[in-house]
Amino acid sequence: MSSRRDFMGMALGGFAALGGIAALYAAKRTWDPLPSVSAAGFTTIDLSAAKENELAVEKWRGKPIFILKKSSSMPKSDRDIEVGGNRYLVAIGLCTHLGCVPAYLPSDYMFKCACHGGEFDAAGINTFGPPPSPLVIPPFKINGNSIVLGEEGPEYKKMKDAGLTA
Amino acid sequence: MAHFDKKAKPFSHQWLNDRLAVDTVKKVLSTEYWIPKNINFLWAMGMILAATFGLLLVSGIFLLMYYKPDTKLAFDSVNYTIMTEVGYGWLWRHIHGVAASVVFLIIYIHMFTGIYYGSYKKGREMIWLSGMLLFVVFSAEAFSGYMLPWGQMSYWAGMVITNLFSLGSLDIQAIVEWIRGDYVPGDAFLTRFFMLHVLLLPLVILALIVFHFATLRIPHVNNQDGEEIDFEESAKLYKEGNKKESKVIPFNPVFLSKDIFVMGIYFVLFFYLVFYHFEFAMDPVNFDPADGLKTPVHIYPEWYFLWSYEILRPFSKDIGLIAFGFAQVAFFLLPFLDKSPVVAPANRRGLFKFWFWIMLVDMIVLTIMGKLPPEGAWNIIGLVAALTFIVLFAVLPFITKFEKKA
Repeated sequence: MSSRRDFMGMALGGFAALGGIAALYAAKRTWDPLPSVSAAGFTTIDLSAAKENELAVEKWRGKPIFILKKSSSMPKSDRDIEVGGNRYLVAIGLCTHLGCVPAYLPSDYMFKCACHGGEFDAAGINTFGPPPSPLVIPPFKINGNSIVLGEEGPEYKKMKDAGLTA
Repeated sequence: MAHFDKKAKPFSHQWLNDRLAVDTVKKVLSTEYWIPKNINFLWAMGMILAATFGLLLVSGIFLLMYYKPDTKLAFDSVNYTIMTEVGYGWLWRHIHGVAASVVFLIIYIHMFTGIYYGSYKKGREMIWLSGMLLFVVFSAEAFSGYMLPWGQMSYWAGMVITNLFSLGSLDIQAIVEWIRGDYVPGDAFLTRFFMLHVLLLPLVILALIVFHFATLRIPHVNNQDGEEIDFEESAKLYKEGNKKESKVIPFNPVFLSKDIFVMGIYFVLFFYLVFYHFEFAMDPVNFDPADGLKTPVHIYPEWYFLWSYEILRPFSKDIGLIAFGFAQVAFFLLPFLDKSPVVAPANRRGLFKFWFWIMLVDMIVLTIMGKLPPEGAWNIIGLVAALTFIVLFAVLPFITKFEKKA
């Protein structure tokens, strides 16, 4: 008798658990970003308008993108992107600590985050405070005088393989 | 079938008693629910919290009628429609904002009353744990509500807090993007936090309040001396008319009448704030619409989260996150870290006296430092206060064990 009852109990429990897991999966998928949101946003940015040592902020996938054209007196970095003979910093403008937007201080060639005091140099490398890593370089492809964000060009792949993008 | 008095008139006392046992329910939950006499106004905080939650619920219902959970419409639906067009819309918003802030002040008083008088142990562990669960869900409720006006602080608080879920150096962006439903806080984020704020979390809070009351019923509330009262004997004395000799009073109407007196004073202060000083609960930065490309100069949470924020801030990313996680659960551990069987006011408990007052002062220091910009001396004071908080929990088992011998 008891084994029969156990069987009924386990069968009921098993099917209930199955339904529960299925429902959890559906709930998880409902919270996923919508296809229209996650479909790669490709943003083309024309770099020829950039001015030396002046930060331009563009938008890609809802995130601010820092574009900084470097003057010849600014230190070189292997994180620089060369387009049309000029050097640029192109990075996601969110502090790698908790995602605030750092401000650029042109006279010091550095970024400072107001939230928790983190600092980055003009190459986007963390130099002080809680940020654990440099500003992230987004996937890009050079196309004449402009870059396409969201697409991985050969220059990006080379930087990524060298571990320079994050 | 049970016995029913067929002659009882519908909805008469007898008729209801046969069907719902109203007399028994009334006895168990009110007229014979015994409360010690030896208490003070701090024992009224529970009912004040319940009443404040009631105000939040009512004002929230009115706000819900004009609020629009859409990133394009939310800001104006609050700051234009509700504040300027809806008749008395400002009243609901100011009640809601002030109550959301004040409720945390009362929660902290309620918590520290429990810690001071040792009301979290020796049979009262479940009261403490259910209360701490309420604190956590209230925190989630406050945070999700703070997103809704979709101002600059809403947006950036949402950004910073959801980024915590990338789990430091593990940097799992997928979790963050899953919580937001987007790369950055956007429409999906706003609507899901709206759902949490107006439905799921209030449901959980209501259930937890019922549970919190239930956990109190059998161990009864503590008293000013931590005295173990024989409730049955005292109840007998009271019912025999020896009210003076009895150590207890019934919850209703005797205790409740005292509660309502304290509540009266509280509501005078509360409505003074609502009508004349609501601005303390309204951060001016949040009157700028959300802008994902511009961080406010300082990002700080509302005052009631500052102490745990300050435990996150002075450390490097991973250690800060671990310290912050510890701060969130530390108070849950109190009944198990306190190894002393003594239930008494902290001032009569040897070293625990110092533990209590240092903890209280430390929480206040952390709160003040959390509001100040992360610069110079503030950083050092903040670090010391954060370390003090962690050390206090680490030493608690030892100082309370020592107390047992004394």
